[in-house]
Amino acid sequence: MSKTVSEHTVPYVQVLDENGNVTDNELLPNLTDDQLRELMKRMVFTRILDQRAIKLTRQGRLGFYAPVSGQEASMIGSEFATEKEDFVVPGYRDLPQSLYHGYPLYKLFLYSRGHQEGGRVPEDVNVIMPQIIIGAQIVQTAGIALGFKLKGEKHVTITYTGDGGTSQGDFYEGMNFAGAYQAPAVFFVQNNQYAISVPREKQTAAETLAQKAIAAGIPGVQVDGMDILGVYAATKQAVDRARAGEGPTMIEAVTFRYGPHTMSGDDPTRYRTKETEATWEKRDPLVRFRSYLQAKGLWTDEEEQQFIEEAKDTINDALKQADAVEKMTIEGLIDAMFEEPTATLKRQRAEITGEGAN
Amino acid sequence: MAQMTMIQAITHALDLELARDEKVLVFGEDVGNNGGVFRATEGLQKKYGEERVFDTPLAESGIIGLANGLAIQGFRPVPEIQFFGFVFEAFDQIASQIARLRYRSGGRYYAPVTIRSPFGGGVRTPELHSDSLEGLFLQTPGVKVVIPSTPYDAKGLLLSAIRDNDPVIFLEHMRLYRSFRQEVPEEEYTIPLGQANVVREGKDVTIVTYGAMVGVSQKAADAWAKDKGLEAEVIDLRTISPIDIDTITESVKKTGRAIVVQEAQRSAGVGAEVIAQINEHAIYHLEAPVLRVTPPDTVYPFGMIEDEWLPTQHSVVAALNKVMSL
Ligand SMILES: Cc1ncc(C[n+]2csc(CCOP(=O)(O)OP(=O)(O)O)c2C)c(N)n1
Repeated sequence: MSKTVSEHTVPYVQVLDENGNVTDNELLPNLTDDQLRELMKRMVFTRILDQRAIKLTRQGRLGFYAPVSGQEASMIGSEFATEKEDFVVPGYRDLPQSLYHGYPLYKLFLYSRGHQEGGRVPEDVNVIMPQIIIGAQIVQTAGIALGFKLKGEKHVTITYTGDGGTSQGDFYEGMNFAGAYQAPAVFFVQNNQYAISVPREKQTAAETLAQKAIAAGIPGVQVDGMDILGVYAATKQAVDRARAGEGPTMIEAVTFRYGPHTMSGDDPTRYRTKETEATWEKRDPLVRFRSYLQAKGLWTDEEEQQFIEEAKDTINDALKQADAVEKMTIEGLIDAMFEEPTATLKRQRAEITGEGAN
Repeated sequence: MAQMTMIQAITHALDLELARDEKVLVFGEDVGNNGGVFRATEGLQKKYGEERVFDTPLAESGIIGLANGLAIQGFRPVPEIQFFGFVFEAFDQIASQIARLRYRSGGRYYAPVTIRSPFGGGVRTPELHSDSLEGLFLQTPGVKVVIPSTPYDAKGLLLSAIRDNDPVIFLEHMRLYRSFRQEVPEEEYTIPLGQANVVREGKDVTIVTYGAMVGVSQKAADAWAKDKGLEAEVIDLRTISPIDIDTITESVKKTGRAIVVQEAQRSAGVGAEVIAQINEHAIYHLEAPVLRVTPPDTVYPFGMIEDEWLPTQHSVVAALNKVMSL
C-alpha cells in the first residue's frame, strides 16, 4: 500500500517584471513614496559603493572584498523589511545589509583591511561582523533568534548565505533548530547562480533551494531576487510571521552577481558565458525599479546623478575616517584574547614589548 | 628537467598519479572546471574527465566523508580543502573517522586518502584562511602530516603521500606556491614520508623548522654567519607527523644547541613536540635549553598586522644569539 503522507509547495513571488510593470497587485507592498525613493537611493548607493570598492581593492586601499552588483534588490529589499532592533547576521558579501542596519561604513572598510576595529560594532547596532566560514552564521542565527524569544522580545533575526551555503550541514541544522524551537528567524539565501565557479545545478539536485526548508518543517519561498518589491514583500511577510510568534521562514532570492566572486583572483570567464551575463543584465534591479518609479513620477535622472555625487562624498568621508583610525598592535591582539591576559600571554606580551624578562 | 613553481610541481604530481593509477580521484570545491582557486588542479578535469576530477558541493564534512566512503570502495581519493581554516568543518570526518578506519575495521578497510590544502600566512587572506593548524593533527593518531618547502620536495612528497595506504594531510604553504622556481625532474621520484632534510650544514646551532619558515631560517643562518661567523644547521622536517627525530638528534649531538622555528602559535605544537623529543633522545648533548621562535598564543590576526605577528629572519637571528649566550 502506498499513500501520500505529506505534500508541499514552494511559492514564487514577483511584484515587478523586467520592465518595471506590476505583475502582482495583491503583493504590491504598502510603502510610501518616500520609502520607495529610499529603496532606490540605497540601491544606487550600493552600486556606486561596489564600483568604488572594486577600484580601491585594486589600488590596495582595501583588503578583502566580495562584489555585490546585481544583488542590490535582494540585499536592500530584505534588510528594509526589518526593524532596527532586529538582528542582521551577514556572510562575507553582505556588507550593504549591515551598513543599512547601522554598521558604520568606515568600520566596514576597516573590516576589509583586516583591522580589529572593523568587527567592533556600536553597542546599539544589532549586527555582527560578516562571517567567513560558510554556514556558521546559520546555526548561530537559531541561537540569536531563540534568545529574543527567551527574553520575551518581539524581534527577529535575519541571516544571509549563498546558494553554495545551502549545501553545508550547518544550513540544515540552523533551520531545523529554529523550526524545532519556533525561533523568530529568517534564513535568506541569495542564489546568485554560482558558488565561486560551481553552478547551482552542480551544487544540488534539488529543483529549488527554497524546498530545503520543507525538510526542516518551515515554509520556503522563492522570490525574484532582481525585483526589490518582490524581495521586500516576501521578507516582510517572513519577518511579520516571525514577530508574531509563528516561527522561521527560509527565502531563496534568485539573483546574480555581475563581478568576480571576490577580488582575490577569481576569473568568471572560466565558468560563465557572455550570454549568461547578458541575460541577467536585462533583469537589472536598478533599471527595473527606476522604470517603475519614473512611471509614477517619483524619480528623475538628474536626481539620480545628484545622489551619485552624494554617494561618492559619503564614501570618501568614510575612507578618511578609516584612515584616521590608529593601527592595530600585537599587544592589542594579545589583550583581545581573554578578559584578563593569562599568565602565559602576559609573558609573551612582555617578550614582544621588551618589558621584563622571559 | 623543468623549472617549476611549487604549484606547478603539485599539478604535475597529481597528473602523474592520475595517469598511473585509475583509482586516484581528485575532488573538492572549484577543483574541476576552475582548476582550483590557486589553479593547483588546472587542466586535470579536461584530461581525466569529470568522473575522476570533479567539483563537489560546498561542504567540507561531506568532502572528507565522501573520501572515506570511496576509500572503503578501494579508491585513492585526493580531496582538497580549499583553505585549511575550513578543516574545522571536516575535523570530525578526519579525526574521528578517516584516522581510525584501519583500527576500527581491524585492518579490513583503510584510508589511502591524501587531503591537500593551502595554508600559511603572509599573504593577507581573510580570517581563517591562513591559520597553521597542523599541530591539531599532530595530536590526532592515525594521520600523517606533510609540509613541503620546495617545488622538488612537493612533487616527491605528494607522490609518496598518494601512494601511502594511510591518510596523509598534505599542507601547501600559500606563500611558497609561486615564490620561486626550481629544477623538478619530469619523471617519477618519491621522497619518503617521515624523513627530514638537512638544508644547510652547520656546527654551532641546529634550527629545526618546516614550511615557509625553512627559507626564513636559511636566510637568518646566512646573515648570522656573515655577521657572527657562526654556522647554523637548518633542518627542514618535511613531515611533521611523524617527526624524524634521528636526523634531529644527530644534528644536536654535533651542535649542542637548538632552536625551533614555526609559524603556528607557541603552545603545544610542533615545536613543543620537537623539544620534548630532543629531551628524550639528546638531552645530554645539550649545552643550552632549546628555544622556540613562534608567534604568541593568539588567534591568527586579521590581515593588517600579519607581518608583525609572524616570525621573521630578525627574530630567528635574535634566538640564535640568545641560545649562544646561554
Ligand atoms: C566553510 C567554508 N568553506 C569554503 C569556503 C571558501 N569559499 C568562500 S566563498 C565560497 C563560495 C560561496 O558560494 P555561495 O554560498 O553561493 O555564496 P556567494 O559567494 O555566491 O555569494 C567558497 C567555497 C569558506 N569561506 N568557508
